[in-house]
Amino acid sequence: MAVYKWTAAEVARKVIDNEELFILDVRNHDAFEDWKIEGHKFEYLNIPYFELMDGVEEILPKLPTDKEVLVVCAKEGSSVMVAEMLSEAGREVAYLEGGMKSWSSYLEPIKVSDLENGGEIYQFVRLGKGCLSYMVISEGEAAIIDAVRFTDVFTNFAKEKGVEIKHVFDTHLHADHISGGRHIAAATGATYYLPPKDATEVVFDYTPLTDGLNIKIGASQIDVNAFYSPGHTIGSTSFIIDNQFLLTGDILFIDSIGRPDLAGLAEDWVDDLRETLYSRYRELAEDLVVLPAHFMIIDELNEDGTVARRLGDLFKENHGLNIEDEGEFRRTVTDHLPPQPNAYQQIRQVNMGKITPDNDEQTEMEIGPNRCAVR
Amino acid sequence: MNITKTLDAKGLACPMPIVKTKKAIDAIKSGEVLEVVVTDKGALNDIPAWAKSGGHTVLEQKTEEDVLYFYIQKA
Repeated sequence: MAVYKWTAAEVARKVIDNEELFILDVRNHDAFEDWKIEGHKFEYLNIPYFELMDGVEEILPKLPTDKEVLVVCAKEGSSVMVAEMLSEAGREVAYLEGGMKSWSSYLEPIKVSDLENGGEIYQFVRLGKGCLSYMVISEGEAAIIDAVRFTDVFTNFAKEKGVEIKHVFDTHLHADHISGGRHIAAATGATYYLPPKDATEVVFDYTPLTDGLNIKIGASQIDVNAFYSPGHTIGSTSFIIDNQFLLTGDILFIDSIGRPDLAGLAEDWVDDLRETLYSRYRELAEDLVVLPAHFMIIDELNEDGTVARRLGDLFKENHGLNIEDEGEFRRTVTDHLPPQPNAYQQIRQVNMGKITPDNDEQTEMEIGPNRCAVR
Repeated sequence: MNITKTLDAKGLACPMPIVKTKKAIDAIKSGEVLEVVVTDKGALNDIPAWAKSGGHTVLEQKTEEDVLYFYIQKA
């Protein structure tokens, strides 16, 4: 039987199109429990490859014959070995090219909406890591918000759309993934903005992203308004785009809220987080559509693969926006927090420009889920 | 610790370090110790997990300048 090779892009399509898939994950149990390819209709079997070296006969009855089977491992090698063994046993299976490493890196651009006068807003969904980046396009120009480190994806997309990248923003100093922001700016001549309160230790030049900053994009003058919304970090800043969309960074997600501890200052920032979520955001129009910088679980994806929800709906449904008691809120966001993102301290150092790891080291640092939220 | 045999798996990518470790373990006697030298970082979690699943004991492991050393006593 043939062994097929699937790319991360093909798997992403199955997630977004809500298709069925059976994943045989041959990483060890801890790695699988920690982080896997999530799909609405995916089924899983986790057997470490080293338990299959004597043969795959024992697992054959557990593999469906009426569904596509994808073998997945960390980097690819073990999944090829297992896929070939299954093929010799008469099964038709595929393996994931580049393994979880390539899954972690894959970005799918999805159009969120048209904007006034021919503008567009795109969400770049990094399914494997739960990171969301944005590009706002208006005749001839583009702005990018919270770009991940795969800068080519953004610059090529801009080229395809025939737009010049003029402004690149980071809503805050990221701790879970490496920012591509200042590299895109350097390559395109765009202006790179970072909130000054998050940038006290950075070793590169940037333009301060301050409360009330207003930028207009392209011929149709799409409005990009910044407003200060601290809590996840002291500098965290949100954006309102075209009076329709609220980009919340890591402050507010669909099914959770930001955690205040990744720079080690949970107790100091909990009041800011409360103030942002329970006062500043409450003053905004409920019809704004929230576009966060992350998702944590696959259920947060809409049917078209985007991650977006009306602010008014989140006020009703998001648990983190409905904790009346301040003491209870404090406990929720400071006690019993989930583990921190992999290598988060190193990642912050990279984003400050203090260390410059090579591509493999960056991939290694970013392995695993983003873990920026409290539910 | 008496090392019976050393397996140099430096430069090999997953799954080869474990495939070779398994073969090397098969070739020594119960209670004897195999030293595995490997550079693939995946081994950090996989060798202890593999050893555990086979009932073998990792007596010691260390990292020196990106090279991983494991000392595995056969069950």
